[in-house]
Amino acid sequence: MTWPIATAELFPIFSYLYELLESTGLPQPWLAIVVYTFLAVVMFGVLALLALFLVWWERKIAGHIQQRFGPMRHGWHGWYQTIMDAVKLLQKEDVRVATRDKPVFFWAPVICFVAAFLAYVTIPFGEGLIVADLNIGILYVMAVTTFTVISLLMAGWGSNNKYALLGGMRSAAQVVSYEVPMVASILVVVLFVGSLSMVDIVQAQAGGIWNWYAFRLPFGPIAFCTYIIAATAEANRTPFDIPEAEQELVAGFNVEYSGMKFAMFFLAEFVNAFTVSAIAVILFFGGWHGALLPSWMWFLGKTFMIVLLLMLFRWTYPRLRVDQLMEFSWKFLVPVTFVNIIIAAWFKYAGWYW
Amino acid sequence: MSHYLAVLIFIFAGTGIVLFTFFLSRLLRPHNPYPEKNLNYECAEDPIGTSWFQFNPRFYIFALIFVIFDVEVVFLFPWAVAFGQLGLFALVEMVIFILILFFGLFYAWRRGALKWV
Repeated sequence: MTWPIATAELFPIFSYLYELLESTGLPQPWLAIVVYTFLAVVMFGVLALLALFLVWWERKIAGHIQQRFGPMRHGWHGWYQTIMDAVKLLQKEDVRVATRDKPVFFWAPVICFVAAFLAYVTIPFGEGLIVADLNIGILYVMAVTTFTVISLLMAGWGSNNKYALLGGMRSAAQVVSYEVPMVASILVVVLFVGSLSMVDIVQAQAGGIWNWYAFRLPFGPIAFCTYIIAATAEANRTPFDIPEAEQELVAGFNVEYSGMKFAMFFLAEFVNAFTVSAIAVILFFGGWHGALLPSWMWFLGKTFMIVLLLMLFRWTYPRLRVDQLMEFSWKFLVPVTFVNIIIAAWFKYAGWYW
Repeated sequence: MSHYLAVLIFIFAGTGIVLFTFFLSRLLRPHNPYPEKNLNYECAEDPIGTSWFQFNPRFYIFALIFVIFDVEVVFLFPWAVAFGQLGLFALVEMVIFILILFFGLFYAWRRGALKWV
C-alpha cells in the first residue's frame, strides 16, 4: 500500500522536508503520520495569522465605512491590535457558569474550531499546495463545516442561559435552512466538471477568465449569487446574524463564554468566513489560475476580494428579521437554485455551454 | 484510502491544538470564582428557573423539511457527477424527482409550515 502525499510531492519546501524525513529511514505509515501532523500544525499557524489579519481588516473597513479610523494606537494604523487582543484573551479568567452542563459546555468551542479546521484538509491554496486531494473534496467540505451547527447547539444548551439557548436554536434553524440552497448552487458546478475533487474543479477552469464558472451564462452568475447569499448565512454573518444579534440576544450562543473558549468561537467564525470565500473562488473564479504571479498569490488575492465582499455586506445591510430570513430561504432561494440546476443540466445535455 | 489518514490526523491535531491553548491560558490566567460571578447572565437579574424548558416547535418543523431536502441533495450528488454519461433519460428522471419534491414543498407552504410564528 502506498501513501501518496500531494503537498510533499509538489511544493519545494515540503518536498525538501519530506526527503529529509525519508532519509532517516522511518517506515511508511509513520512517515505519513509525521508529515500530516506537521502540515496540520502549519495549517493552524496559517489560519491563526489569516484570522488575525481578517479581524484587523474588518475593524478598519467598519471604521472607514462609519467615518472613523478604526484601530490606530498599536503600530502603523493599529496593525498589531489583534495580536494584543489575542494576548489579552489568553490571560482572561475563565468564568464558568455554576449551573452549566459540564462536558457539553467544555467541548462546544473545541468542536466549533475543529469543524472549521477540518475543511482545510482539501482546500488548495495553490498549484500542489493541498494537504490531501480527497476524491469527494467538495462534498467532504460541506459535510464537515456543517458540524459547526452541532457545536452552536451544544454551546446554547450547555450554558443553561435563555439567551444562549435561543441563539443556538436560531442558528441551527438558519444554518440548516441555508444549507440546501448552498449545496444546490454547488451542484451546478459539479454537474459541469463531473468530479467532486477540488483539484479537478480548479483544473476544469484553466485557460482564461471566460472559463470561470461565474461568467458562464445564464446559470453561472445565478449560481454564484445564490451561493454567496447562502454562504453569508452559513457563516452567521450580518445581514444573517440573528443567532448572535447583539441588541436582542446580547450575544446569542456565546454569552457565557469568556477567555480562550470565546476566542475559539471567534477564531472559528473568521476561519469559516475565509472557508466560504475560498470555496467561492475554487468553484466560480478559477481557484489558483492567473497570469504572471505565483498560484498561491492569485488564490489568496481572489479569496480576499470575496472576503471584502462579505465585509461590505456586513457593514452596509441591516439585519433581517427571523421570519423574513426563513421565508427568503425556503420560498425564494430553494426554488431558484433547483430550477437553475435543471437549466444547467439541459445546457449540458444539449451541449450549449462553452 | 490513504488520503483519509490526513482527515483523521487533522481531527486529532485540531483537538490537541485547541486543548493546548486552553492549557496555556490556564497557566497565565487568574482564577477567582465566587457564587455571584458564576450566576447565569440575565441582564443583571437573578435568573428565574433553568433554561432547559420546552421551546417553540417551529425549529423542529424546519429541521424535518431540511432532512427531506438534504436526502434529495445527497441523491443529486452522484447524479451530477455521472450526468455526462447518462444523457436525456437521467435528465427527465431528475426533473420528475425534483417536481415531486417541490409538490411536497408547496404542500408544506400551503399548510403554513414555512411560516415563522
